[in-house]
Amino acid sequence: MKEKALDQIKRYPGFFPMAVLCLFLLYTPLIIVMIYSFNDSPSITRWGGFSLRWYEDVFFGLEATKLRKAAWNSVTIATMAAICATVIATAAAVGMVRSAAWRGKTASFAILSLPIMVPEIVTAVATLIFFSTIGFKAGYATILIAHIVFCIPFAYLPIAARLEGIDSNYEQAALDLYASRWQAFKRVLLPLLAPGIISGFLLAFIISLDDFIITNFVKGAGIETLPTAIFGAIRQGIKPNIMAISTLMLLVSILFVTVSYFVGRMGETKK
Amino acid sequence: MSGLVEKSSFGGLRKPLLMPAWVMIGFFLIIPVLTMLVYSFLTKEFRGGVIWEFSLAAYDQFFFDRGLFGDEPPKIEWTYINIFWRSIVQAFVATIICLVIGFPTAYFIATRSANTRNIWLFLITVPYWVNLLIRTVSMKFLIRDSGPLNHWLMQAGFIDSPIHLINTNFAVQLGLFYSYLPFMVLPIYASVERYNFSLSEASADLYAGRWTTLRRIVLPAVKPGIIAGCILVFVPSLGAFLAPDLLGGAKNFMIGTLIEEQFKGASGNWPFGAAASMLLLSLVLVVLLFYARSQSKQALHH
Repeated sequence: MKEKALDQIKRYPGFFPMAVLCLFLLYTPLIIVMIYSFNDSPSITRWGGFSLRWYEDVFFGLEATKLRKAAWNSVTIATMAAICATVIATAAAVGMVRSAAWRGKTASFAILSLPIMVPEIVTAVATLIFFSTIGFKAGYATILIAHIVFCIPFAYLPIAARLEGIDSNYEQAALDLYASRWQAFKRVLLPLLAPGIISGFLLAFIISLDDFIITNFVKGAGIETLPTAIFGAIRQGIKPNIMAISTLMLLVSILFVTVSYFVGRMGETKK
Repeated sequence: MSGLVEKSSFGGLRKPLLMPAWVMIGFFLIIPVLTMLVYSFLTKEFRGGVIWEFSLAAYDQFFFDRGLFGDEPPKIEWTYINIFWRSIVQAFVATIICLVIGFPTAYFIATRSANTRNIWLFLITVPYWVNLLIRTVSMKFLIRDSGPLNHWLMQAGFIDSPIHLINTNFAVQLGLFYSYLPFMVLPIYASVERYNFSLSEASADLYAGRWTTLRRIVLPAVKPGIIAGCILVFVPSLGAFLAPDLLGGAKNFMIGTLIEEQFKGASGNWPFGAAASMLLLSLVLVVLLFYARSQSKQALHH
């Protein structure tokens, strides 16, 4: 009885429709693009029946080589950037979370979160200027370095959050039993930390894959990632093959977030 | 022995553990930003680049109009100030839209059972993981004059001619809202989830109406989450590039596009672009400092 009364107090009329509206707004554009990517008509407005022709066009059409190259660049950069960022972030998380308070802790945290705080366009400009000043040729390497830097905080946050939830007695016990620090980390902390590390890696990977503005500034001529290639293509208008690529990328993202979600839950239920 | 120093099992290794992160961010972000600061005080080179000569020309160009030949008495130059002002207004409106839709959503999610909650959170976060460029392009596709939205509205007989949405301020606000909505929902959700609902109950027992309780009890309690959400939407909106560029067109220019143009090809002006970036960064830092101060005040109260 009392439960029910509290439930009444908690509820607000209109909040549920708002939440539905929120989902509706978030998903409508994506679903529309997905549907229209199967449109047979070359005009993007009229519906001409179901077809896979634009997918065929993406994989085998005129721009297929260019797109494949861009996709390859995107995936390899995202993989390497995410791996580097995750390793750096894991070390940093252990250093930050598993040390007693020290004078520079707040400053250190500020440095770690700096890539999120600084607006992307400012990072882009600063990186471009920096590389051009030291005479570093813009290209694959500059993109990779820039991506590693801005992926660090995205990898750091889930890893640190997970680490904070792990009792330090576990690794203390290992150390007391004469494990070396490395052994204590590898055999005790790492398995416990794994869900956080995987989430951090996936987040960093997606963030790198997603990036347009920084890549666009530091890439130099002659190299494209998927977002810069798509951006270049839509300058001439949205063509149906763009919608097919978008749908494919959308599915990859959804796959990733689903994996990350289940990894996260796996870790939780184990506790 | 080691058990005495709690939580510092890797304390001795603190520096080497943190060093890679410090070096990467220090060398490839902090030094670049300082280089950019230096660039903003250099002389423009005409092929895009700089001459290493001190000059205040970039800031001067930003704030003052000295006529075509630069010999007239300086007047305030409104062009760039207006672009900044417009960006602030656009980001602000986008933040408000996010808040109006995000707060009820977050509150609704936080009051569900644990399982339903997870599904809702999952649904809210999925779009965030989808490429921002693709999301923005999707929005552009949807609201074009000849796009599906207008097509349906006309078919259904609601309108006779297409509503012109693309290349308007509203389209930009919609794009920004669409880009950053999850940033608003998640921190508010986290606050509401921690909120103790017996406070609402007490308020109801004392004959406060539902909405009074919301305004006087719930809102003050979840304020930190609301502020965090607003900052997380406002700051990236301010420097956004894709939404204004793709949805706003040439007339609804924001800071992001202004900066980008200075680095495009030979017509650019690197010191001016660096100066505009510095001003944007300062603006963001002011907002963040304001936030940090309100946070520490909050901490003091509790």
